[in-house]
Amino acid sequence: MANSDEIVDQISSFALFADLQTPQLERVAHTFEERWYSEGERVLRQGLTGSAFHVILEGEATVVIDGTERATLARGDFFGEVSILLGEPPVADIVAKRALRCLVLAGPEVQPFLIAHPSVMYRMLQAQARRLRIANRWRS
Amino acid sequence: MAELSDRPYPPGEYPVIVIGSGPGGLQTASRLRHHGIRHAVLSADEAPGGMFRRWPFFQRLLSWTKPYAPVERTDRAYERYDWNSLLGEQPASQTLMPDLMDGSSYFPSRPEMQQNLELFAERAGLAIRFGCRWTGTRREETPDGPRFVLETTDGEYRAEILIVAVGVAEPNRPPTPGIELAAHYAETRPAESYANKRIFIIGKQNSGFELASGLLPWARRIVVASPSPAKLSVNTRSLVGIRARYVQPFEDHVLGGGVAVLDAAIQSMTRLPDGSIEVRARPSAGGDELAFDVDEVIAATGFTAPLVDLADLGVATFGQARLPAQTPYWESASMPGIFFAGTITQGSGGLKKHGLPANSGAVHGARYNARVLVDHLARTRFGVVPDLPAIASNDLIETMVDELASAPELWHQRAYLARIVSLDPSRGPRNEGIMPLAAFLDHNADDGSADALALTVEADGSGAIYPVIYGRRAGEITEHVVEADPLLRYDTPSVRRQVAEVVTGFGVDVAQA
Repeated sequence: MANSDEIVDQISSFALFADLQTPQLERVAHTFEERWYSEGERVLRQGLTGSAFHVILEGEATVVIDGTERATLARGDFFGEVSILLGEPPVADIVAKRALRCLVLAGPEVQPFLIAHPSVMYRMLQAQARRLRIANRWRS
Repeated sequence: MAELSDRPYPPGEYPVIVIGSGPGGLQTASRLRHHGIRHAVLSADEAPGGMFRRWPFFQRLLSWTKPYAPVERTDRAYERYDWNSLLGEQPASQTLMPDLMDGSSYFPSRPEMQQNLELFAERAGLAIRFGCRWTGTRREETPDGPRFVLETTDGEYRAEILIVAVGVAEPNRPPTPGIELAAHYAETRPAESYANKRIFIIGKQNSGFELASGLLPWARRIVVASPSPAKLSVNTRSLVGIRARYVQPFEDHVLGGGVAVLDAAIQSMTRLPDGSIEVRARPSAGGDELAFDVDEVIAATGFTAPLVDLADLGVATFGQARLPAQTPYWESASMPGIFFAGTITQGSGGLKKHGLPANSGAVHGARYNARVLVDHLARTRFGVVPDLPAIASNDLIETMVDELASAPELWHQRAYLARIVSLDPSRGPRNEGIMPLAAFLDHNADDGSADALALTVEADGSGAIYPVIYGRRAGEITEHVVEADPLLRYDTPSVRRQVAEVVTGFGVDVAQA
């Protein structure tokens, strides 16, 4: 069972939410919806509209682009934000590698959430900067 | 009522056992009977109806039935306007709700809904073993494969397939200090017993606002609080959020009428010497802790699925409602052979495109899930060969447009249930029935891997509701969104043209014949 207190305990250690105080974390726990995906289930689908922002609470997910596995995501990692920020369908499938529990925020709610929580936006930007640096390293 | 010795379904082995006699159990049993699949239906209650025998307290449902609608009641498309009737297999058990309503509201009263469900059970000829409470579950290996053993107050039952339709009806109490001083929503008393009292309601879902609305003429003061802001269904454009009927306390609050609607986390409840209760709450936006001196606290903090010992058996659950994790066909994701029907099927979330859930938590969604589930079991486990008519090529566009414009399954279960049309060139286009969209997209469906189209209706939260056609060709999925019409007219030349383009793209010659 996951009541909001347990979710607050779990997400308080995530980098994304590191700057939030307990009342804000409680609000996150109430604003996001908990979802469960079984092994092999697709969480996001490459090319289909209407995705959502996911934060992994438990389990692992694989990033699959055009049928090729590109990365593995785990507890505290998040995905789906790029397609929402750009208003485009995801460019990858996200597949549950084993049973996966996530906090989920619907696409249309992401912008108001980030604007109301600038520290989360900053942490998200840091994560994007890291990904960009890795991508640039590969290119050079 | 029948004598005890006449009760149907004595303990023993059945291919399928359905647990529950609410809308989910009744719909499932009716479809099993239709396919001639031997089964038993067990219920702890004394009569059909499930939660509608008790709730909602304030006497009217949240789901409407329009006695007069743009289509005739005999038309399948009428189901779109009638959220409360179950799906009968014969005219005598179809569209029962509108005839039972007295015209004072298009939301049936709770007793009218109960009558609707009782009449359905009778007209559909359903046998149910009432007064038989499920108390425990085991799984045994046998030479014929695994069997579930159900322990009940009437003895042991064995089955290969369990369909659990017990609702989401067990009160959920958060672990807040002093919670024992609060009554749960399920323990609410008649409204007049709250006369002139100060009431603190925990929870900003429909149940909290239902109570606040019902108590407006009785309570001296009402506070409604939970950490996150109240959502309104008219803003989310879905069943998520407070329904229009229960918004009155919110209006009272914003107009300064005395009701307080707060975003705050409840910290503690303490009994004071004068018998009142002090509730301490921390505002979500920050600032000083608030203290309220009240006469009654009601925890409208939701319900959990009463799954007895299924979690110990290995059925994974998630979320505050402890819903079982399910596959697209509503089978336990961790314990094959256990399926779910009724409002529990909201645990199989589907795509939730644009964040919008299907209506599986409500009768008008779950009734289709139950029918699709039983059809799936009939086909995959009981060798029932579905009667899948070929569609003449020159009828294909019209058939698809009709379905997109008015199919109740697609309109009620958006981006969740889909009408499948297979396009095997050797057989021609065929109607493959309704299936979960997620099953179609993930290729693990039982309709083979032939090229096919999935017809759905979707919404994006902006207010637009529009058809979407998914194509599956050589394993590749494509998505074709039909242009949204603000008046929701989808039987137009423009839609015919858009559908024809998709079909032509699949190599079907629509001009043929």
